[in-house]
Amino acid sequence: MAADSSLLLSLVEEYVSGLQDSKAKDTATGVKDGEFTVLQLVEALGLSLTSSQPHTRARGVQLLSEVLHECYGNLTEREVEVLIAFYENRLKDHYVITPSVLQGLRALTKCAALPPGSAVSMLRSLFQDVHVQSLMLAERSCVYSMLINLMETREAELKGLGADFVFGFVQSMDGERDPRNLLLAFQIAKSIIHRGYDLGKFTEELFEVTSCYFPIDFTPPSNDPHGITKEDLIEALRAVLSGTPKFAEFVLPLIIEKLDSDVQSAKLDSLQTLTSCVSQYEHKDLAEFLEGLWTSLRREVFQTSSERIECAGLAALTALTSCLSRSVLNSDSEDSLSTFLDLVLTDCKHHLCEPDLKLVWPSAKLLQAACSASSRASHIITAAVMPALVEQYSSRTQCSHRRTLLEVVLRFIQSVTSSQSSENEESMFLAFRQSLCDMVFSALSETNSSLQITATTTLTSLAQQTGLLLDADIELAVDHLTRLLLTEEDEKVSVAVVSCAGALAELHPTIFISKFIPRLKKEMFSEPMDQDNNREASEKHSHHAVRQQCLSALAAVSIRPSVVQESTPVLLEVLSSAHAGSVGFSVEEVVLACRSLQKIAEQVQDTEETGRCFHELIIPRLLSLALQAALQGEGSSGRRSPLVEEVVLSAVVSVIGTSCSRLQPKLAEQTAARAVSLFLDGDVSFLPDNSFPSHIQLLKQPQRESWSQLQMVCLLMGCVCSLPRSVAVPQIEQLLSQLEEMSCTCTHPLSYTSAAKCFAGLVNKQSQGDSLDSLIQRTMKRVCGELDSTSSPTRSQAFTLMIWVAKGLLLRYHPLSTALTDKLFSLLDDADLGSMAAEGFSLLMSDSADVLNRGCHADLRIMYRQRFFSENSAKLVQGFNAAPQEKKSNYLKALSNIVNKLPKQVQITELPALLNLLLEALSCPDQGVQLSTLSCLEPVLIDPPPALIQQLEALFSRLLALVSSPTMSVKITSLRCIHALSRLPTHEIFPFRARVLKALARPLDDKKRRVRSEAVLARGEWYLVGSPGGSCLYSHERTNENLEQH
Amino acid sequence: MSAGSRLENANPTIFQRSGERLLTATEEDEDAHDPIDDREIFDILSINDPEHPLSLEDLNVVEQVRVKVDDAESSVGVEFTPTIPHCSMATLIGLSIKVKLLRSLPDRFKIDVQITPGSHASEEAVNKQLADKERVAAALENSSLLEVVNQCLTSRSI
Repeated sequence: MAADSSLLLSLVEEYVSGLQDSKAKDTATGVKDGEFTVLQLVEALGLSLTSSQPHTRARGVQLLSEVLHECYGNLTEREVEVLIAFYENRLKDHYVITPSVLQGLRALTKCAALPPGSAVSMLRSLFQDVHVQSLMLAERSCVYSMLINLMETREAELKGLGADFVFGFVQSMDGERDPRNLLLAFQIAKSIIHRGYDLGKFTEELFEVTSCYFPIDFTPPSNDPHGITKEDLIEALRAVLSGTPKFAEFVLPLIIEKLDSDVQSAKLDSLQTLTSCVSQYEHKDLAEFLEGLWTSLRREVFQTSSERIECAGLAALTALTSCLSRSVLNSDSEDSLSTFLDLVLTDCKHHLCEPDLKLVWPSAKLLQAACSASSRASHIITAAVMPALVEQYSSRTQCSHRRTLLEVVLRFIQSVTSSQSSENEESMFLAFRQSLCDMVFSALSETNSSLQITATTTLTSLAQQTGLLLDADIELAVDHLTRLLLTEEDEKVSVAVVSCAGALAELHPTIFISKFIPRLKKEMFSEPMDQDNNREASEKHSHHAVRQQCLSALAAVSIRPSVVQESTPVLLEVLSSAHAGSVGFSVEEVVLACRSLQKIAEQVQDTEETGRCFHELIIPRLLSLALQAALQGEGSSGRRSPLVEEVVLSAVVSVIGTSCSRLQPKLAEQTAARAVSLFLDGDVSFLPDNSFPSHIQLLKQPQRESWSQLQMVCLLMGCVCSLPRSVAVPQIEQLLSQLEEMSCTCTHPLSYTSAAKCFAGLVNKQSQGDSLDSLIQRTMKRVCGELDSTSSPTRSQAFTLMIWVAKGLLLRYHPLSTALTDKLFSLLDDADLGSMAAEGFSLLMSDSADVLNRGCHADLRIMYRQRFFSENSAKLVQGFNAAPQEKKSNYLKALSNIVNKLPKQVQITELPALLNLLLEALSCPDQGVQLSTLSCLEPVLIDPPPALIQQLEALFSRLLALVSSPTMSVKITSLRCIHALSRLPTHEIFPFRARVLKALARPLDDKKRRVRSEAVLARGEWYLVGSPGGSCLYSHERTNENLEQH
Repeated sequence: MSAGSRLENANPTIFQRSGERLLTATEEDEDAHDPIDDREIFDILSINDPEHPLSLEDLNVVEQVRVKVDDAESSVGVEFTPTIPHCSMATLIGLSIKVKLLRSLPDRFKIDVQITPGSHASEEAVNKQLADKERVAAALENSSLLEVVNQCLTSRSI
């Protein structure tokens, strides 16, 4: 004990007289470890605390405060009481002591054992003896922290202080200037307001002391370590100002005043604060300021200079209106909402009727902002505005005016929709149904395309108003839409009509089933009467356009299952009559019909009913048609069915693929079983129109080579490769071995490629294990055998199978994929397959449309491309360096194929290592390599890595050479690269300016316009490099001066 | 004083833009020759107006019908219409148009920039200034004037 006390004394001595700050920590550790108590410390400090030298006393108090700061948790209530009494007393002492005293008090406020009443006495002495704003920054912060700590733990006691607490706080923060302290002060003010402290008669004082910072104007220093932004302060202050309706009478005039400001940010802040305020207010808080607020808001929207302010103004108006709408009406008080809306209407409504329609948009926006606030507001406004708009519309004759008015109406309908509380509510446009319908239908009958487009959008919005349109209206609408669809040539109108039809069909399926679909069917199947070729070619073309429209409209309306059941038979009929040749559909039209079916398969609501429709009807019908066409071959009639064409088949594959990928598991299983039995066993029992021969063998090579049957394998692929992974494909072993056989031996490209894709698609979904590994190894052996014998006639078949299997395995990170991709790298040196191998990398890295993608549930790991790239880029560089000169271009092509598909972020990080190779690729004579290298360089040049800056000379000389390339696309892309380079730091690129300008003079006179326009852009930018005024902001004053000189 | 109060024409009428030129099949064709036409010159002239954050096209200062080009004869004529008859910027606009064309067209072209007849108070004087090669060259030697011209020619995408 004696040793302890001497140790303590020496620590105190060294701290107080020796000025060794580190001793405070040692002392604190001692107290924490129980070596000595706080009482002992105070005793040891005795002499220093009573010294006549203020500095010694300060040092003593400081040691005590620092120890307390570390160990306030261990103090007993009794100790705290004594310490508080001591510290309160010290507040009256010399000013040099005050900082340490405040620190000590702050430590004590964190104490859990604070005796009752001490919080109040502490604050009383603080407010009484200390003038906060004459303290230094850190001490002021200390005071705020004390307040925050006490408000956290002793709320009830502080509230006992009554309004004195608020007054004390107001005095403390009055004049605060430091942003860090302001954030604390705003936090306290917010708590005072939100936790219901009694503001008493100091409401205005609290408001004054905070609102004097509004609007906040603060720019943090560039090297600010505290990270306080203007937004932090704005948010904190806004929370205070908008916190209580008691501030309403002060804050609203302030906002009105600040809205007059010329400073944009002040306006914006005022508007946003207003929006935030009124969400707390009631109508009586607003009553006397409504007129002033409205005048300011109106001015901001009418004379707006920036879109942000306009938006903020409209949002404030909406908030204001919804605040007024919340008010409960008394029998004697006036209805403030309708008073306010009267004001809005008087100022805005007449602009809707002015002859030049100049202020129609700002007025409409204001009205719509008010409209969207509440359903009562929208009732009042629509009732006042709609008749005027309708009348205006009918009295105007100019299309542009009519369009403007119709768009205004459209926005009203949309803004009302957003304010409606429930969907079942009766539409407030009910009273105007007839006139609105008349307006829309008359606009649809106009010839002006933008008017028509607006009308379709309006029609869609009207239809979405519950219970507004009658069946008769929809029927009329359908008539109009059909007419436009069949006659309109403007593509934008057609697109609008189709999407409108889609939206209406979702709401009113029955009318579309009974009217729209039959009508389109009739149009599509009517032959243009040009059997004798005496019709104009243009009319034939327009008939094609009509069919095209009908096909896309059929797809758009098929969202409801009931519509799908009517529309898909029509599409299937198109296919079957095209196959039979009864109606002359072109191959292109057949493809479009398939696209429509695919779109339906994608968008239709996923129900049992539609799944069955696809499973029972559509897929068998498609298979049956394709099979009929295949069996017919180039048979007797000499006429080929369009269904054997490759484009049509791949469109059918996408239909089957998309619908299979969305089938419910049970149906998917059945579909898979049927397809497999059709292809393996020739089981045709499930196909409609069953007149097929009994011995069909689709996967086996028949005696007579018949490609039209062999290529059917792509349909098998569409079916079995798109199924969800959980669905097991039956007879998988046999299927895989026949597919392998076919892909290795068949000579018809589409057939062996499809077989290889199908094989890879199935392998990709096989579960991991020995059977999969042995399957892959068997296939690999066969493929490599074929590839290694250079004389083999089926090398390209083997190559195709290899690359697809490699892709299937690469996607799922299968370890055996490396063996296959390594083989691919080695083939880059091959005399025959070298360039195919280089192209193969693009296949590996890109998404394939019909197989091995996410849509068909393939096992696809994220970032497989990056992984492949990082594992193999070294091999590529190595191979390039070792390869003989004539093979180098294959490596470059492979590289550009890989790099092109990588995400830009990866490209940028990997580029430095590959830069030399890419620059080499730019001088490679192969245009494909040039083009793909340029297109992977272009995005990188916007934010180039430092490695590139060092290679600018090489880069410029190669790019400028490519500007004179014979190929248009190479010229265009190289010009774009040169354009991008003009944004590099001027000091880096200025040395090249003269050279670039000279080289770009030539493409200015290129024979191709697209080259010229790129050259114009690039040259214009390069002229600005290093030239005065090149990219600085425009300054108006300078202009005027210069002109005077001139 | 805020910049706004010094504008000569603070609230101009804004015209609809003509939209992007549509790409035709011939333009995609590697072998076909596309002659330089009026529209192409017009597209080159999407220059910023010195007084407004709008292009000259938006303000109808330059219209496609007032652009005449003859590719075979290598000549270009452009007439521009200042927004108001007393526009003090007329010379500057004309100079910017001229500089833009000089930078964007092959050397073989003779470039003629004039004010639309009857649209400006000191039409003749401005036309004379713009036609005088040496005055144009001298104006571009003046770095502060070049700065303003360059500002007009800075593309807004940056």
